[in-house]
Amino acid sequence: MLTNATIKERLEKHFEGRLTGFEEPYGMLSFEAPKELNLKVLQFLYDDEEMRFQFLTDLTAVHYPNQPGRELAVVYHLHNMRDNVRIRFKVFTDIAQPDIFTATKLYEAANWMERETFDFFGVHFTGHPNLKRILNVDEMDYFPLRKEYPLEDQTRTDKDDEMFGRG
Amino acid sequence: MWEWVNVKMQITTAHAQIGLKMQDKHHIKLPEGSIEKTTTTLNLGPTHPATHGVFQNILELDGERIVSAEQTIGYIHRAFEKIAERRPLYQITPLTDRLNYCSSPINNMGWHLTCEKLLNVKTPKRVDYLRVIIMELARISDHLICNSVVGVDSGAFSGFLYVMQYRELIYEIYEEICGSRLTTNMGRIGGFERNFSNAAFEKLERFLREYPDVLKEFENLFNRNRIFMDRTIGTGGISGERALNYGFTGPNLRATGVDYDVRVHSPYSSYEDFEFNIPVGKTGDNYDRFLVRNQEMWESLSIIEQAYRKVQEFKGAEAEVYHADAPEYFLPPKNDVYTKMEALIWHFKIVMGEIEIPPGEVYQSVEGGNGELGFYFISDGGRSPYRLHFRRPCFIYYQAYSELTKGSMLSDAVLTMSSLNLIAGEMDA
Repeated sequence: MLTNATIKERLEKHFEGRLTGFEEPYGMLSFEAPKELNLKVLQFLYDDEEMRFQFLTDLTAVHYPNQPGRELAVVYHLHNMRDNVRIRFKVFTDIAQPDIFTATKLYEAANWMERETFDFFGVHFTGHPNLKRILNVDEMDYFPLRKEYPLEDQTRTDKDDEMFGRG
Repeated sequence: MWEWVNVKMQITTAHAQIGLKMQDKHHIKLPEGSIEKTTTTLNLGPTHPATHGVFQNILELDGERIVSAEQTIGYIHRAFEKIAERRPLYQITPLTDRLNYCSSPINNMGWHLTCEKLLNVKTPKRVDYLRVIIMELARISDHLICNSVVGVDSGAFSGFLYVMQYRELIYEIYEEICGSRLTTNMGRIGGFERNFSNAAFEKLERFLREYPDVLKEFENLFNRNRIFMDRTIGTGGISGERALNYGFTGPNLRATGVDYDVRVHSPYSSYEDFEFNIPVGKTGDNYDRFLVRNQEMWESLSIIEQAYRKVQEFKGAEAEVYHADAPEYFLPPKNDVYTKMEALIWHFKIVMGEIEIPPGEVYQSVEGGNGELGFYFISDGGRSPYRLHFRRPCFIYYQAYSELTKGSMLSDAVLTMSSLNLIAGEMDA
């Protein structure tokens, strides 16, 4: 049986400690990789005899405006269906130059997921065959899920948090 | 071919030029290279009765064969992920209704399960079983629509009309439970808003009694129907390996022969207490998808029967349990709100969205009508999610549409589209 401990051990051995932040929130092994290693990690997890994480469950991004130099996190959820193990790993990137290698060569599924991530966060997936907007209109010139775009009109005082006792 | 009457055709071949004098040429602005082109571009959708939703496909046709298909999606994008970042948890449930609106209760329950996982709320067994009943009913109504629409698109309308009354019965059961039919907003964090009424159970019994005959008859109408088989066998097929690579899940993946089912692989809501099979197909074509969905309805029926038996086994006070003890998230009874200070405080805090969510990161998935419906929820300790991402199965497998239809006839493309059970609401979020 493939356990989280084995995966962690194999990964640490193969990448010689370049992977960090190993955690197990709610039982799912989760770690962080340097952004230039994302494809290497994916390839290793895909090809390795023991790992066989050959199913890309989900790919998305998160914006953390308060972390200079690592504002955008691209999150991969992978699934090994034979041993039924899921893992998550994250790659952080600078928002000024959000270039990340594409996973489309490994997973066809990554195509639209990456387009969606580009559409909403502006993550640039290097080598993607067709990186253009997918859900929003092509003319849009911003990335709406970034935190600097608030959901409501910020000039409205009647909707201030303090009106709801949350000052 | 009545469906095709309204198709907007853009024929840009050399034939368009025939009969035009040289001086007229300046009035027609043809796209670059269109004179030399030997294929036809056809806009299938975005609003066309045969697409059952807002889908646009730009097809490149050679005669009636499809050379390539390019999908445009996002026509009903509603920014749910962004909206969710400003809402308390209970106000996000109505957003999930509008993903796959053919089986909203599954989405609702999936969302509650996600919250319960993050908040560490343990639901009683009876709640789990009631949820299983409602999720399997939703699965039946979802598959019922998909399969009967496959029938309609291949020219058989009667099946669709016949099973519709049983979808109506399912919707009546929803109504008894939560008061609405399509966008259900059913359940709360920790359980249901109220106990199931007797009328709900009576209707459920009626459904269990009458539906098997109807499903049998529906199968008789299609399964060995020569015309139907000729239309569906060998069209829109995909191998298991390609399907996995494309991120297929649910009945569409199982039709290719891969027995992946979230209910079995990562059981939630006590699915491990039930006995059921995972039906699989072989070729992954439209026919196999149809058969897998039909077979899944039988399995769902058996799960509902088992769950209903288990629910009936609860006696006395246990038989009245319909929610977990989670005062921070589950609204107190109205009587208490008017008479007890503490209940009033909780009521107010919950309704105004003043409950802080513990920080954490959680991924929870359920087996939706179309496959693995995932919720990736990040909380930073605020009152609404920091980030919420929905893994929508149909968004992911629709990208294979081009590969599925390549080289097939135009009429098969429509059939493949309905057999994939593409739901615009789920795709566009």
